[in-house]
Amino acid sequence: MRKPLGVLLALPLVLAGCGGSSTDDGAAGAASSSADDVTGNLTVFAAASLTGVFGDLGKQLEQEHPGLTVTFNFAGSQALATQLTQGAPADVFASANQAQMDVVTKAGLPAAEPTTFTENALEIAVPKGNPGKVTGLADFAKPDLTLAVCAPSVPCGAAAEQVFNAAGITAQPDSEEEDVKAALTKVQLGEVDAALVYATDVEAAGSDVEGIEFPEAGKAVNTYPITTLEAAPNAAAAKAFVDLVEGPEGQQALQAAGFRAP
Amino acid sequence: MNRRVPLPLLLPAAIGTVFLVLPLVGLVVRAPWSDLGSQLTAPGVGTALRLSLVSATLATAVSLVLGVPLAWVLARSTVPGRSVLRALVTVPLVLPPVVGGVALFLVLGRQGLVGHWLYTQFGFTLPFTTTAVVIAETFVAMPFLVVSAEGALRAADARFEDAAATLGADRWTTFRRVTLPMVAPGVAAGAVLCWARALGEFGATITFAGNFPGTTQTMPLAVYLALQSDPEAAIVLSLVLLAVSLATLLLLRERWLGRSRVAAA
Repeated sequence: MRKPLGVLLALPLVLAGCGGSSTDDGAAGAASSSADDVTGNLTVFAAASLTGVFGDLGKQLEQEHPGLTVTFNFAGSQALATQLTQGAPADVFASANQAQMDVVTKAGLPAAEPTTFTENALEIAVPKGNPGKVTGLADFAKPDLTLAVCAPSVPCGAAAEQVFNAAGITAQPDSEEEDVKAALTKVQLGEVDAALVYATDVEAAGSDVEGIEFPEAGKAVNTYPITTLEAAPNAAAAKAFVDLVEGPEGQQALQAAGFRAP
Repeated sequence: MNRRVPLPLLLPAAIGTVFLVLPLVGLVVRAPWSDLGSQLTAPGVGTALRLSLVSATLATAVSLVLGVPLAWVLARSTVPGRSVLRALVTVPLVLPPVVGGVALFLVLGRQGLVGHWLYTQFGFTLPFTTTAVVIAETFVAMPFLVVSAEGALRAADARFEDAAATLGADRWTTFRRVTLPMVAPGVAAGAVLCWARALGEFGATITFAGNFPGTTQTMPLAVYLALQSDPEAAIVLSLVLLAVSLATLLLLRERWLGRSRVAAA
């Protein structure tokens, strides 16, 4: 745990857009500075796919506001939505799809209308060197290639079905994987010629995996909404975090990880 | 003889029973009995069940053919490093099955140590086939058979084998005619364990064989994927698997118990 020992250092910091709108919050009481009310603890509930980017952004925010400690709860969006509707205390919620944000919105939890801050689209992942000489989505109809897609009952599989339908392709997969990481593992091991995964997964897989973009990916884009929460114990920090994510630095970090601009 | 259960045994036994059976009760209570029919006749259920039964039975057969001789080596032979060998062959018991699946890839996969040679020489690949399902299940389940059979061999009186040898039987005949009948109940119990473990196998199978309806999607895989979208269907599928395996085990147990009573008489 970081101790809020940098109150004096924090004084000259200029805060973007969190002056008037922030409500008074008790959690910031440890550092009673009026110039920097982004202190105390900030709790962010975020989809597991945001682990890398949000972790970095959280560290950055802590550096900008030395009295601040950012705690993340990374999990599946559905699990997070359930925790929130069951009363888990959080300041920010970032979901990997609209459906789970809708669950939270229906429960009246967001402080404001959720906004879409990024998007994730499918990409073709092939092993290094592309042994199957895959060039596009049409190759998924070739029976002589070893191919993996996600099962239709999991989100990445539903998205795969959408792009295949949009492209009029009857896919011939050898395996319907239980989740996107399982599909990616088979590419990393070189056991399949191609798999349909998210662009961020290709980016995260490193040099073992090459990504091939395809135009039909636009037919099944996952939008990521974010919102501050009405019952946020630390509304000022929540606002600062959302501003950082939606600002140029946050967007740049997201795109470096394979996300698309909304 | 007084067969009443002593209290210090009765209480833990009762708690143990409740602990093991209660989750099953939970499944039965939560099952959507009203639309059971439509769930059972849903496409793919029969296929997955048949594939499960066939592959688990094949895995048990392979385990018997390879596992009983292995158990004999562990129990009777004087091969150096036997304890190391025993530890090694029981590794799949402690290995997380998904890791086991990855390990199988590394050996038998298209890029694997042996698999790569098969692929380049014969254009033949194992992953994502029904054979891969049997291999994954055998890998995970065979140690159960080996451990049981070795235990039975150690408990069996080796003097019968010595007697057979003094009467002129060679070692192979002794094994076939004396040892094997003696340890048959233990081997059978091991085979049941092995079959049950193979039937419920999930991690190594979905990793090494993948998941495709009709080829590699066994019941546990179907259950897991149903759980993602339709928990009620998952409960029904689980109950089908449980009912079929319980029926099979009860049936076999009756037969074996009957046989061992005859043998004892």
